[in-house]
Amino acid sequence: MKTLEEFVELFAEQFDDTDASEIQAGTVFHDLDEWSSLIGLSVIAMVDEEFDVALKGDDVKTSITIEDLYNRVASKL
Amino acid sequence: MTYNPFTLEGKTVMVTGASSGIGRATAIECSKMGASVIVTGRNEERLNETFKALGGEGHQQIVADLTNQEDIDILVSQIGALDGLVNNAGLGRNKPIGFIKMDDLEYVYQTNVFACILLTKSLLKKKKINKGGSLVFTSSISSRLNSPGIAMYASSKAAVSSFMRSCAVELGDKGIRSNAVLPGMVETKLITRGDYTEEDFEKDKNLYALKRYGKPQEIAYAIIYLLSDASSWVTGTSLVVDGGRLLK
Repeated sequence: MKTLEEFVELFAEQFDDTDASEIQAGTVFHDLDEWSSLIGLSVIAMVDEEFDVALKGDDVKTSITIEDLYNRVASKL
Repeated sequence: MTYNPFTLEGKTVMVTGASSGIGRATAIECSKMGASVIVTGRNEERLNETFKALGGEGHQQIVADLTNQEDIDILVSQIGALDGLVNNAGLGRNKPIGFIKMDDLEYVYQTNVFACILLTKSLLKKKKINKGGSLVFTSSISSRLNSPGIAMYASSKAAVSSFMRSCAVELGDKGIRSNAVLPGMVETKLITRGDYTEEDFEKDKNLYALKRYGKPQEIAYAIIYLLSDASSWVTGTSLVVDGGRLLK
C-alpha cells in the first residue's frame, strides 16, 4: 500500500488553487476554502483508481483529517 | 364507471429493467391498467419478485442481459408483437470528468444507450412493434441539467432522448409513436449507492419546488399516459416529471 505521504500528495493533486504546503496529513480538509463536493467526488475516484477501494460519501464526510481518510482507505484494503 | 382513456386493456407492453426501481413500478402499474406485461431484467430473483407482484393474468418474464446481443435475440424470439415498449433499463456511475476511463464509459453506455438502441432495432426488424404502438424511453432531467460528477450518466441520457426523437421521425409513417419521460431524482437504488451522503440529498431536495424526490409510481403514471391511446397524437416529446426541479 502507498504511504501516508504518497496519499497526501495524491489528495493534494485534486486541488487547483490550494498550495500543496497547506495540505498535510493533519489538515482538516473540510475547512479548506477550495473544498467542494466535486473535489470530494474526485477524492473518491482517486482512491478507486490508486487503491482499488470504493469509499462512500460518508467516509469522506466523517473523516476529519487527511490521515483519518488514509486510515479509512487502509481499513478497506 | 368504465370511461378511461388511459386504459392499457388489450395491449401488450414490455418493460426492460423491470427487476427494480422505476421499471418494477411501471410493470406493476401497467398490469393494473389492464396490460399484458412482459418483464425483463438481469436478476432472476428480483425479476421474479416483480412478476409475482403483477395484477391480472397473461404476463411473461424473461431474464436477459441486454448488453449481450444473443440475449436480445432470444428475448425477441420469445415474445409476440408489442403495443408498447418501455426502454427503461439504466444505470449510472459518478466520476468527475478527469477520472473517466473507457471502462466506465462502456459500463454506462452499453446499458443506457447501446442496449436500448439495439433492442429497439431488433424488435423493429422482426416486426414486433404493432402499428399504433408506443415506444417510451426513460431518460432523465440530467440530459438537460448538469451537475458535477454525472457527465457519463447525463450524456448517455441525452443520447437516449435524441434516439427517442429519431424513432419518432422514422416510425411515424407506421403510426408508431416515440416519447420519453425525464424523471428528476426518484427514490430507487440508482441514487442510493453511497457516493452521496444523506446530508447531500437533503440539500438537493430543497432545489425541488415540491421539496422531495419522486416515487417510482409517479414516473410509472407518466409512462402509462404515453403508452395509452390518451396520447395518440403525442410523439417525439419529452415529458418532464421532476417535482419542479427544472424551475430552479
